[in-house]
Amino acid sequence: MARAALLGRLTWQLANVVELVEETARVRSIVLDPPAWPGHRAGQHVDVRLTAEDGYQAQRSYSIASAPEDGYLMLTVERLEDGEVSPYLADELRPGDELELRGPVGGYFVWEESLGGPLLLVAGGSGVVPLRAMLCHHRAVESIVPVRLLYSARSLEEVVYRDELMRMAAADQIDIRFTLTREQPEGWQGYGRRIDRELLDEVSWPPGEHPLVYVCGPTGFVEATANALVELGHEPARIRTERFGPTGG
Amino acid sequence: MTPISRGFRGRRDASADPSRVPPGQYVTGDFPVLSAGPTPHTQLADWSFAIQGEVDEPRTWTWDEFRALPSENLTTDIHCVTKWSKLDTVWTGASVDTLLDGVDTSAEYVTAWSDGGYTTNLPLEDLTGGRAWVAFAYDDEPLDPEHGGPARLLVPHLYFWKSAKWVRGLELKLEDEPGFWETYGYHNYGDPWREQRYWGD
Repeated sequence: MARAALLGRLTWQLANVVELVEETARVRSIVLDPPAWPGHRAGQHVDVRLTAEDGYQAQRSYSIASAPEDGYLMLTVERLEDGEVSPYLADELRPGDELELRGPVGGYFVWEESLGGPLLLVAGGSGVVPLRAMLCHHRAVESIVPVRLLYSARSLEEVVYRDELMRMAAADQIDIRFTLTREQPEGWQGYGRRIDRELLDEVSWPPGEHPLVYVCGPTGFVEATANALVELGHEPARIRTERFGPTGG
Repeated sequence: MTPISRGFRGRRDASADPSRVPPGQYVTGDFPVLSAGPTPHTQLADWSFAIQGEVDEPRTWTWDEFRALPSENLTTDIHCVTKWSKLDTVWTGASVDTLLDGVDTSAEYVTAWSDGGYTTNLPLEDLTGGRAWVAFAYDDEPLDPEHGGPARLLVPHLYFWKSAKWVRGLELKLEDEPGFWETYGYHNYGDPWREQRYWGD
């Protein structure tokens, strides 16, 4: 993309809601068809703007879940009970509605093959969303960069993209490990505790291999994970984080 | 003509004075954390603060020297580019005017730099005239590392990414040079009242 185009203003556009996918009881994916999408890189986000009848507006940022190669734009939104925008997106929005957005935004929490690896992705809850875009991009470009995803969720029911990730995990190229912190189904073979130093040591590439690490999740999760990785000897400059706080939504 | 979002009513915060909330922002009571990487944990014994670049003589302060400078308490509103604003936050810090007192420079720009490699750029005039501080306490408590402790820049009239966490120095410059987020698509100046979030805004 030309630099001039990159420097141009990100203008608001109205995207048609093509499809809604209930991922879990609290998480929904929104498939959109923006008329003038300039393309994005895996890990970027968009700004969404809602307007009430009296002109009142609310804006929030949401990670892009779809890969750049997908023919549509997908956002995945977790409903925050005391939120203002996420309950609307998760409950009220219907196919055929239009959603105002602008983007893509952000250029650091981004992975593309030229950045190399080995790649370690660590997700807490709905923090898996931008990492899903990276995994799908990895697959779409048939990358040979070794990749692992460590995904922490409270229970199997709360794992976003569960079937898709299970299918990916069954394939050889992508190594996916789950840890279920509150409730594990009978016969569960994965981990069953919060991510700690020991678990990270077991799952991550050795620090000597200089893995590139992306951590996304709630603030406390990201803080604990990034600190533990630094303690294990990983280079701080190779650890990219994206945090969402108690508010947002 | 802005399209109406069918069925959206919004949750207006009646307690927040609308004249204090910039366009596109919402008021939060929490203090969200946003950082691009791990939180640095610099020991105070290893900490120093520098004024360098286009100055006759660079200056540095140890932590104790820095804390011995006159400090100010202030109550101010802060605005994050990720849309939250927090009103009436309470800080203690040394004014950048104090740090620059007596410095002779022809610089017009500043790059603030931090532990962990973060940088952000500002016009020098936005850091002077009682508009910027190096803050070491929040709500009368030492500043948490997650929020930028031991000390962070505080420039409340610009989006909060300009208030560099873990700040260790100011480099005075003749030419403006984009910092970390300014290189990754965020606005070079970042005035919340003009909603200067991204390049081209």
